[in-house]
Amino acid sequence: MISLEKVRQRAESDAKTYGYYLNSDPEFLNDLLEGLRKNEERYGYPSCPCRVATGNLELDRDIICPCDYRDPDVAEFGTCYCALYVRKDVVEGKTSLMPIPERRPLEKQARAYAVTAEKIAEKTAATTTKTEQPRSEVRKKLWYCRQCGYVVYREDPPYVCPICKAKREMFAEIAVRVDLAG
Amino acid sequence: MNVVKVAGKNNKHKVLVYALSTCAWCKMTKKFLKDNDVEYEYVDVDLCSQEDHEKIRKDIEKKGGHASFPTLIIDDKKLITGFRKDLIKEALEL
Repeated sequence: MISLEKVRQRAESDAKTYGYYLNSDPEFLNDLLEGLRKNEERYGYPSCPCRVATGNLELDRDIICPCDYRDPDVAEFGTCYCALYVRKDVVEGKTSLMPIPERRPLEKQARAYAVTAEKIAEKTAATTTKTEQPRSEVRKKLWYCRQCGYVVYREDPPYVCPICKAKREMFAEIAVRVDLAG
Repeated sequence: MNVVKVAGKNNKHKVLVYALSTCAWCKMTKKFLKDNDVEYEYVDVDLCSQEDHEKIRKDIEKKGGHASFPTLIIDDKKLITGFRKDLIKEALEL
């Protein structure tokens, strides 16, 4: 069983590495960490405390904390969906914390429910679900740190380089170009 | 489906909250209703059976929302997604 302290340390370390901050309201933060702990106990992985998980890793992979939507959500709204990870200006009180819309594509959620319903109907324990990858609304690109060469595949570069701590401005997009001319 | 009823003096409207037991925003919503002495019912969706998940999702979609939590359903028709204090206050005349 994972301890609440372990969950907290993991989140703190992740926030520090990528230049995020944790929710500054101690009670709010504690509730979120406790939710993550509970989900890890239930499913074996810390799925988002503010979303319904299926317990099927393949369907829940995108909502395991830190979820696939954290980076674009913090960039756009200053906070992730559940408000565990926030931006500097939110912690400083310059931007107020508000509930944000769900970025997870609807078809991903629906698929999770549909598979669940199907499973119930058949009353068989289907072990694998070979579903085609739904198109994510997150548009990822390759970025590299011009200071140390660290490469990352995300929508936007991180606030700080996890390797050398260079600021976001040091990141440049890697343009992949196929040149057919000789 | 385990529907929990919370008593309150403010019972002008019928309030149903679809929540998650692990979600901090949901907890704040419940606390806000309680602090305002609003009578309401809630369902912790993550603790429901999978059959109930599907029923709840259909109920929310029928009312024009999508399964995101918390979802408040006021008087069986008005739907509020998320802990939107302003919208909740307005809908419940607080």
